[in-house]
Amino acid sequence: MLLLTCPYCGVTAEETEFAPGGAAHLTRAGPGEGDDALEAYLFHRANPKGVHFERWRHAYGCGKWFLAARDTVTMEVFGTYPAQVSAPPPELIDTIRTKRPGWEPA
Amino acid sequence: MAHRLDTGGRLIDRAAPMDFSFNGKGFRGFAGDTLASALLASDQMLMGRSFKYHRPRGVVARGHEEPNALMNIGAGPFFEPNQRATVTPLTEGLEAESQNHWPSLETDAGAVNGLLSRFLPAGFYYKTFIHPRPAWKHLFEPFIRQSAGLGRAPKEPDGDRYEHFYRFCDVLIAGGGIAGLQAALKAGESGARVLLLEQAPVWGGRAAIDGDDVDGQPAADWIAGAVARLEAMPNVALHTGVMVSGVYDHGYVLAAQPVPGHRPGSSTSRERLWRIRTDWVEVAAGAIERPLSFAGNDIPGVMLAGAVRDYLADFAVVAGARTVVVTNNDDAYRTALALHAAGQAVPAIIDARAETDSPLIAAVREAGLRIAFGTGIAQVVGGKRVTGVRLCPQSGDGTMTEEIRCDAVAMSGGWSPAVHLFSQCGGKLTWDADQAFFRPDPERAPMSVDGTPFVFAVGAANGHLESAAAQADAAGTPIPAATEALIAPVWRMPAQAPVKLREKTWLDFQNDVKVSDVQLAAREGFESVEHAKRYTTLGMATDQGKLSNVNGLAVLGDALGREIPQVGTTTFRPPYVPLNMGSIAGEARGPIFQPLRKTPMDAWHESHGAHWEPVGHWRRPYCFQRSGESMEDAVAREILSVRREVGLLDASTLGKILVKGPDAGRFLDMLYTNMMSTLAPGRCRYGLMCSENGFLMDDGVVARIDDDTWLCHTTTGGADNIHGHMEDWLQTEWWDWKVWTQNLTEQFAQIAVVGPNARTLLERLGGMDLSAEALPFMRWAEGEIAGIPARVFRISFSGELSYEIAVPAGRGLELWERLVAEGADLGVAPYGTEALHVLRAEKGFIMIGDETDGTVIPQDLGLDWAISKKKTDYLGKAAQARAHMTDPERWKLVGLETLDGTVLPDGAYAVTEGNNELGQRNMIGRVTSSYRSPTLERGIAMGLVQRGPERMGEVLDFPLIGGGVTKARIASPVFYDPEGERLHG
Repeated sequence: MLLLTCPYCGVTAEETEFAPGGAAHLTRAGPGEGDDALEAYLFHRANPKGVHFERWRHAYGCGKWFLAARDTVTMEVFGTYPAQVSAPPPELIDTIRTKRPGWEPA
Repeated sequence: MAHRLDTGGRLIDRAAPMDFSFNGKGFRGFAGDTLASALLASDQMLMGRSFKYHRPRGVVARGHEEPNALMNIGAGPFFEPNQRATVTPLTEGLEAESQNHWPSLETDAGAVNGLLSRFLPAGFYYKTFIHPRPAWKHLFEPFIRQSAGLGRAPKEPDGDRYEHFYRFCDVLIAGGGIAGLQAALKAGESGARVLLLEQAPVWGGRAAIDGDDVDGQPAADWIAGAVARLEAMPNVALHTGVMVSGVYDHGYVLAAQPVPGHRPGSSTSRERLWRIRTDWVEVAAGAIERPLSFAGNDIPGVMLAGAVRDYLADFAVVAGARTVVVTNNDDAYRTALALHAAGQAVPAIIDARAETDSPLIAAVREAGLRIAFGTGIAQVVGGKRVTGVRLCPQSGDGTMTEEIRCDAVAMSGGWSPAVHLFSQCGGKLTWDADQAFFRPDPERAPMSVDGTPFVFAVGAANGHLESAAAQADAAGTPIPAATEALIAPVWRMPAQAPVKLREKTWLDFQNDVKVSDVQLAAREGFESVEHAKRYTTLGMATDQGKLSNVNGLAVLGDALGREIPQVGTTTFRPPYVPLNMGSIAGEARGPIFQPLRKTPMDAWHESHGAHWEPVGHWRRPYCFQRSGESMEDAVAREILSVRREVGLLDASTLGKILVKGPDAGRFLDMLYTNMMSTLAPGRCRYGLMCSENGFLMDDGVVARIDDDTWLCHTTTGGADNIHGHMEDWLQTEWWDWKVWTQNLTEQFAQIAVVGPNARTLLERLGGMDLSAEALPFMRWAEGEIAGIPARVFRISFSGELSYEIAVPAGRGLELWERLVAEGADLGVAPYGTEALHVLRAEKGFIMIGDETDGTVIPQDLGLDWAISKKKTDYLGKAAQARAHMTDPERWKLVGLETLDGTVLPDGAYAVTEGNNELGQRNMIGRVTSSYRSPTLERGIAMGLVQRGPERMGEVLDFPLIGGGVTKARIASPVFYDPEGERLHG
């Protein structure tokens, strides 16, 4: 059972206190942006073996959505950060690069 | 024969005899016995029948790895199947019965399967029971159901209580043998909070029995000293009788504890599930002995050599008076020495290895016992118990050289480290070819949240089998040189055993998997170990392959011409031994299974005949039954009272979400399919919410409160999800929009006053002006009713004149009781959710969850009028324009009228000519809601039908389960008051 730290309230809690929300940093495609863009937005997910950026909500805590970078194989959590960004913070990218040489953000 | 010696037995109390029954027959044992040791002491060798062939089986092992001695224990609400007799403590009056026998354990009709075993090979279900198809139902399935399965499922709810228990520590140590005690000492001295758990009732694991020296002291002394030192440490907690059953991500650990002193029906909990959070886990779980694969290795009396030694030391019980030891390693020599020291005959030690020497072998020679090197067992002689063994050269094809008379066989195929807890959350293993076992690979240990390893194995679990080595490994000191001679990897005995012997050579005792089955799987192309496992069922029984796993892999590897590391191993999953379902549930059963949400009027409903219906976590009255009424009568009466007089509905459970802020209108325009920003204050509008996939997820009436405030009503079940959905978009997509949301569902009680007399009733209570002029349809107003502050919404889900009145939750019951009291002569009656459903269906109003199922878009439901054409965007708009969503062939909402007036079955399908690719009739629609309408006195239904609205008047066929067809005509879904005149009262 994963441990996650909510970047808003600072609480470290068990997975059951959170609700998962799938891949992070999707770009929304609305009407008029073409079927390919819409299909990619709705259905295409990288499902990486390794570093994954994902959405979580502190559902049974402060209620805030936040984002996490996690290794889908080892379950290591590289960090969590507020959801009000369109890309992971550079410090987090650096941390992951150090821990996973050769990894580059998509 | 098996018997108890006159002296010895470190765990039993001979002064405390205990009576128990097995298959209805009386037995006696001692306090401290297990069920298995007590049966063995009474020479009850036969303890069960095997799964597939119903072969007679006796106890093989000492602990949780036991595959054969599974029992039904207890009776009635305290009955539990599949209990391992080897770990079931004997209690006074215990009732046990063997499993999988019919008609009796001694004479089993299913044993004929064994004679047919040539025709029941691996995968035989898959191959045999395909054709002819009707034979499955009438012949094969009844036969398989009769003969398959282990224990019986309990028939009554579990009469015992269970509890969960939370613990936190820095270091959890699983296993209190030499390595676990040493690891606890080391961790305890570092100041860490240590939790040491041992599954057995005593400390020290095997070392005390084996009598080795540890750190220069006799093992028993070292153990007693270590326990005393640990008990003196305030930062160390240590418990026996607690089994660590699972290690999960990031240091979550489950352990199971039978509560000491609990008896069936007593007020204490039966089992306690420990839910532990730890930074660090040290697995000191020891090792599990492997059987050897020779013909007849499942005959009662053939046991693991370590188990033979344990029964002698712990319970003073021996499986026979003459025990032949057969081995490929040194450890079994300890069994020979122990039996010899206890005065039992050991006619020979059959050692498959070439002649070798070591201190243990020398001690056996010194005792004058015969050792036959390079020799194997060709076959065990006997039926329901061992009567002898036939010997042969290990390298040969089983040609007998000699027969030895004996009544027990102690076998050892070597020991496998108990790596389960290390592997369960991702730890990888490495094959140690010298010692012929898998051991944990510390370079590939499970990772904690910060990416550092958090599970470590020590001692025998880490591959250090000898006591001195185990202690050194846990202490972190240099590992002393081995004193035992190396094991010889012997996976088949003899090496060239012909098929006649291989067919009697068991790998998995519990699931009846033989060497020949695994070889067949390999020949048939099941090369992956995971596939071979499922095809043969090797390791898939309740023992999860604790004995059979490595032997099975070796046989598979041999058949495929691969080494064991290339074959790999199957995945170890928690729990280590099965957990009782009650234990997993803990306290969460019955009324406290989950929280129950009640409205402010709940107690009134309860005392007025409410039949409850769960809706989300709420309970709502389904109907209010009066004396002499059936539930159907009550529903019909409630509907007619709404249509003719006035009804009251407790609508408090409806979601009420306040959305406020300068950007609230813009936000709601994105959320709803229609325009909410243009709604004037004081007005209401029905709205639809879709997912980004375009599918309808919720509906409800939105009221504009003031310039920057809207109140969104949601479905009862949807309130929390919709609030979460709103927050998701506000927090993660439009975080710069100035909007605040608040879920106010529980702050208000809401009562729908519905029917022709609704206005008259409300006016009697006094307060705000509710006339048609002051409050027209789809408006709302704020004021007072009966002196209670209220918001009144002129909205209707029934087609009748209707007011929904929201008051502070604490005053809901007061208003409800006033309405009931003042309305008596107006025919006021409370109504429940079923009447609500029928009333809305008579009007063709959709219900989320009936007309929608996650694949339905608003356009399918004829709700185009509620979809804005002006807006450039809303959630789901882009998806609703995709090709499949605009396909004219989509199933769309229509009304359905049966020709004979009967009620269509809910969910029935409409069929047309021809069959689909599965041989089923082509389907062109289905019923989504169906009721008997007391208003119209006939069945009414709604359904989704291919091109439905274009086919008005067409008659469709709905086949019924059990035969027959109901014919129904496509009609408008608005069955009642199509002009909508009744709304205005």
